[in-house]
Amino acid sequence: MELFANQVLAGIATGAIYACMALAVVMIYQAIDHLNFAQGEMAMFSTFMSWQMMQWGVPYWWAFILTVILSFAGGILIERLLFKPLAKAPVLTNVAGFIALFAIVNSVAGLIWDFTIKQYPTPFGSSPFLGSQLISTHQAGMVGVTLLLLAGLYFFFQFTRIGLAMRAAASLPESARLVGINTSWMIALGWGMAAAIGAIAGMLIAPVVFLEPNMMGGVLIYGFASAVLGGLSSPLGAVIGGFLVGVFENLAGTYIPGVGNELKLPIALALIITVLVVKPAGLFGRPIVKRV
Amino acid sequence: MSAAEEVVTEAPAVEAVPKRAMTLGYGTSLVVLAALILTPLFVKNFIIFQMTMLLIYGLAVLALNILTGGSGQFSLGQSAFYAIGAYTTAILMEHFNVNYALTLPVAGVVCFGAGFLFGQPALRLSGIYLALATFALALAMPQLLKLGFLEHWTGGVQGLVVTKPDAPFGLPLSQDMWLYYFTLAVSIGIYVASVNLLRSRSGRALMSIRDNEIAASAMGVNVALYKTLAFGVSAGITGIAGGLGAIAVQFVAPDGYTITLAISLFVGMVVGGVGWLPGSIVGSAFIIFVPNIAEGISKGLSGAVFGVLLFLVIYLVPHGARQVALIAQQLAAKLKKN
Repeated sequence: MELFANQVLAGIATGAIYACMALAVVMIYQAIDHLNFAQGEMAMFSTFMSWQMMQWGVPYWWAFILTVILSFAGGILIERLLFKPLAKAPVLTNVAGFIALFAIVNSVAGLIWDFTIKQYPTPFGSSPFLGSQLISTHQAGMVGVTLLLLAGLYFFFQFTRIGLAMRAAASLPESARLVGINTSWMIALGWGMAAAIGAIAGMLIAPVVFLEPNMMGGVLIYGFASAVLGGLSSPLGAVIGGFLVGVFENLAGTYIPGVGNELKLPIALALIITVLVVKPAGLFGRPIVKRV
Repeated sequence: MSAAEEVVTEAPAVEAVPKRAMTLGYGTSLVVLAALILTPLFVKNFIIFQMTMLLIYGLAVLALNILTGGSGQFSLGQSAFYAIGAYTTAILMEHFNVNYALTLPVAGVVCFGAGFLFGQPALRLSGIYLALATFALALAMPQLLKLGFLEHWTGGVQGLVVTKPDAPFGLPLSQDMWLYYFTLAVSIGIYVASVNLLRSRSGRALMSIRDNEIAASAMGVNVALYKTLAFGVSAGITGIAGGLGAIAVQFVAPDGYTITLAISLFVGMVVGGVGWLPGSIVGSAFIIFVPNIAEGISKGLSGAVFGVLLFLVIYLVPHGARQVALIAQQLAAKLKKN
């Protein structure tokens, strides 16, 4: 039983990483109806920016805030320059655009900061949390920040005018335009917020997976998986999905014979496909009603 | 948080391509064919090898094109079927001493089965969810190939070495050149079959699903059957391409079939023009040669150069090579008038 409890705890710790990323994924999906394959790379780039600031002697929290602001601006800039012209293009073209963005960001980061692995500081310290060896204060801090972000997003979308406008622009763009919402800028705002959340996720993940241009590859896949599992239309679902994937992955690795570290990924992916087949809108997503 | 979605007014995920616009005219086809037959006689062995790979990836892109351009379903998991085909060929050749030409139909059938089965759960998914499910398949494949209990057959992480076949009947051709002509023959066969498939009753059924699923089912098209069949056919062709690829590269290993391959094939399809079958070869050329060119321009920034080139393509010619071909056609018609 103790093994079980420990594995669940360790799963929650890794799940926090996935939950963070899944939040960013849901954010952009809300705004543009696509999964941004370059999201992980954008987060990685933001993390590198904060690392660079700290190298120049900026204190952690200042670097943190500056990076979030810069990432927000960067996200909006990318949308205005690169993806606004593609707004009317078919989905496939957009996906190709994300792939191109992925290649560009990854290669530029590699050129500026090279591919060696770097240490990244944590503001929470890395001693064992409440006496448990499996979860460190950093990981507990990550869970905390994720939940705070979630609460903030919930408040933003439910109780502010601009949050309401964003929801309207995402669900029925034409009707939203008719009531005077600038849908084009709502999309840009969504990009900015997704980039900012991605930056926070990146800065929290970096102490765990270490900083390097390819650090986000695996994390983003789990982020997608968590978001889909929880339902792409629900930020709460995405966070719960993240924790579920983390816990399930750990338990499968411990209890199912033959599943070493190698098979964790396929097992997690099989879980997601199964959930999708049974509940196509995800666990917490609202099913889309088709109207002819 | 959209609870309702307008189906009729909603733009389809894949733009409708009329049946006639899917192929080349007879004259152009013959010119392309002649170029493909004659070029290897004048170039070095390495270039012949590259041309073989061009055809092989062309087949894989064509397969994706049938799935996406034909039936409107996404797949980011083609590398998985490519891997299954490659391993089928390699295992049959190396463990059972089967003739290489005979392994290809087997690879095709095995992959057709795999694709058909994967198509079943995929039926319930559409758009971005389907893309993600296939993405998951592609990610899991290299891990599955490394599994311990399969190691006797697959060779584990090391993979398998495949012997390159000699030209039969004592033909005075080098191995590379023979393999090229063999691949060319297979490619032409599959291309003609694909064109006919899309022109047939089944092809029309696929396209009706692509354009409006609800209308298609109302007209009596068995949506579930045709969607899974499209997956099967696409996987089968990809499998044959994979088998050919294994023979050409003389080597199969799990890390040769990662998600990068699936993404390349996807990029190839977009560049070639979705739903335009001859574009497959243009797309294939893009994914084979552009990374090399990018590396030539700047070694450190090759990824960025590749990305910028891809952006240029989707801005300037969003419909890929099909658009270029159309513009060329219009220009030619204008010149004729003058």
